[in-house]
Amino acid sequence: MGAMVQLDRVEKRYGAHAALAGVSLTLEAGEFVALVGGSGSGKTTLLKTINRLLLPDTGVVRVEGRDYATAPPHQLRRRIGYVFQEVGLFPHLTVAENVAVTPKLLGWDAGRRAARVDELLDLVALPREVAQRSPDALSGGQRQRVGVARALAAEPKLMLMDEPFGALDPLTRDQLGSDYRALHERLGLTTVLVTHDMAEAVLLADRIVVLQAGRILADGAPAALLASSTDPDVRGLLEAPKRQAERLHARLGGPA
Amino acid sequence: MNGAFDAALALLPEYLAWHVVLSASALLLGAAISLPLGVAAARSARLRWPVLAFASLIQTIPSLALLALFFPILLAASALSVATFGRGFSALGFLPSLLALTLYSMLPMLRNAAAGVGGVDPAIREAADGVGMTPRQRLFQVELPLAAPIIMAGVRTAAVWTIGAATLSTPVGQTSLGNYIFAGLQTENWIFVLFGCAASAGLALAADQLLGLVEAGVRRRRRVLVTAGAAGLLLGALLAVTPLASFGRPAAYTVGAKNFSEQYILAELMAARLERAGAEVRRKEDLGSAVAYRALAAGEIDAYVDYSGTLWTNVLKRTDNPGRQAVLDGLTAELKRRDGVLVLGSLGFENAYAFAMRGDRARALGVASLEDLARQAPNLTFGSDLEFLSRPEWKAVEAAYGLRFARQRSFQPTFMYRALSGGDADVISAFSSDGRIAADRLVVLTDPKGAIPPYDAVILVSPKRANDRRLLSALQPLVGAIPVEAMREANYTVDRDQQKLTPATAAQAVERSLRTP
Repeated sequence: MGAMVQLDRVEKRYGAHAALAGVSLTLEAGEFVALVGGSGSGKTTLLKTINRLLLPDTGVVRVEGRDYATAPPHQLRRRIGYVFQEVGLFPHLTVAENVAVTPKLLGWDAGRRAARVDELLDLVALPREVAQRSPDALSGGQRQRVGVARALAAEPKLMLMDEPFGALDPLTRDQLGSDYRALHERLGLTTVLVTHDMAEAVLLADRIVVLQAGRILADGAPAALLASSTDPDVRGLLEAPKRQAERLHARLGGPA
Repeated sequence: MNGAFDAALALLPEYLAWHVVLSASALLLGAAISLPLGVAAARSARLRWPVLAFASLIQTIPSLALLALFFPILLAASALSVATFGRGFSALGFLPSLLALTLYSMLPMLRNAAAGVGGVDPAIREAADGVGMTPRQRLFQVELPLAAPIIMAGVRTAAVWTIGAATLSTPVGQTSLGNYIFAGLQTENWIFVLFGCAASAGLALAADQLLGLVEAGVRRRRRVLVTAGAAGLLLGALLAVTPLASFGRPAAYTVGAKNFSEQYILAELMAARLERAGAEVRRKEDLGSAVAYRALAAGEIDAYVDYSGTLWTNVLKRTDNPGRQAVLDGLTAELKRRDGVLVLGSLGFENAYAFAMRGDRARALGVASLEDLARQAPNLTFGSDLEFLSRPEWKAVEAAYGLRFARQRSFQPTFMYRALSGGDADVISAFSSDGRIAADRLVVLTDPKGAIPPYDAVILVSPKRANDRRLLSALQPLVGAIPVEAMREANYTVDRDQQKLTPATAAQAVERSLRTP
């Protein structure tokens, strides 16, 4: 499999502040990559340069080998699934219309769209009855499932997710995270997940990219990072969830 | 009582139709301008401030003044168009009213469009970009549908404002429900005033409710409500406008009148004569003094009655007073030469500005002439009509006698007489043909220095009708045929409080008493 996304010395500045200070990164097709870092580290900026919601000041971003800098951005975005914390379902449309919005923009006929909506509701484990409901009538977890279904509707190969489960309660979050990981496998997706929660990154991703002040601090598989990284910040970030898990285990008891 | 109500009801189809046509056109035009502008303002902070500030500024201009301002602007534009394209357009009536009301309707629609589109949740906007909408798709599929309830609320407010303000288009010569109010106020026909208010309020209320239905439909995403409201609006507008299908064909003649009873009566008198000669006649009433002459010279009205002194000072800008006949002869020659306007002749009476006092008060103060008045003036209150104090006649009298009053107050003519009899004014600027001078036993002060020019009532005919045989032969018999007593009597029957006659009925009485020369 080839490179799905390539960033080559990408810079993005806001006045004197560099949100991205020359980042180069290659994401292979089929990878599940977590972008981790504190607020202001540049992780969301990096994600948004991939589907051109933000335009880099310098540097090149390639998706499936192509530089879309001169193409209209909507053409690129229709090929990429995008999920973010606020979900952003259209309140004036039904669940089914929300899910089918990108296929409609691509000109799919009504029959094909309806079949796709049913298929996607099954895929994200929502009952088909919700199709005709308004997004307001759903719980937070259900809304984000619709958000994932909408992102998957036009059969993208690449999914960009910006703190997608951040606003959900821990139980729903855990359930949705593992459900999505299964979808990633089943559909053969490439996923880029932005999170500030190292535990979530370790649990879901194959590869973790740690950002700080617009630069890549560390990049590797979770276990490899813990074993090899000498940077105290990276170690701190990785050890925190481990310590927390050990403390939880000690307090709650259970098989050693 | 019943007579006035029936008379009002008979006029309703025409007044309502014009009112609906005018306010609907202004609202549609206003929406066509302000909605795109509001959307653009929501996007660009640089545009937002000037656009909203301009719309607010318009709102601070009193609506009557806004309407009046468009007349000279359009007159100039029309003159320019004549010079460049050889064709002018009417500066009176529909066009100035439409433009002023359009401007007036814009603020609520602009403000709400900007607020509605600007207020869409940024997360939803990001989602629209994320799913691959173009900026245009985002606007039409997401932002506008979400802003629609707020935009509709703005349209609703604009509709109510516009329908209310459209009553003010009467003085610039556009028929509307305001005709009831202006004519009623002038002749103290309170049934007319109430009828006009009720009709325009009813219309505003109906439009507001139907638009409310559309708004509710948009808010609750119920297409049935939107369709029902829109259909109601369309049907109502069509029904209201149908009478114009017959009124719509151009009347053969348009007779003008300024805004007081004598003018209404004389316009009815001329109109009745033309109608008896088989012509279609339209009335344009409540025209301002300067508006009336310009409208005649431009051919927008065909005939009206003006007064020699008014024309002498205001149109020809003369300050001398060479005597009654010399003024008449001078006008006849000069108006013909300058504007092509035909002075058909004097009706036979004068309606001069006259300084009048209550008889008892004049005797107590020993005032019989303007010279006597000048001595007492520093202790007295002067009540005038709305335009007298800015007219050259007043400047002439003020200069000739050195009049300095303790206070000066302006009134509608009707209320001016009330103020005199109630003691709120000691002297008023009356009109010599006014029936109330005799009825209220007022004393008219003499003018020993001849500072007030003569005011013979004259029929003026527009340049394009100057050789129109039918019009001239219908109006010619009025020349020299109306004695001042007959005019005073007729004016009084319209102005008095009890058993009032309509101007049309009073005109019939004048017709019967015409003096054959």
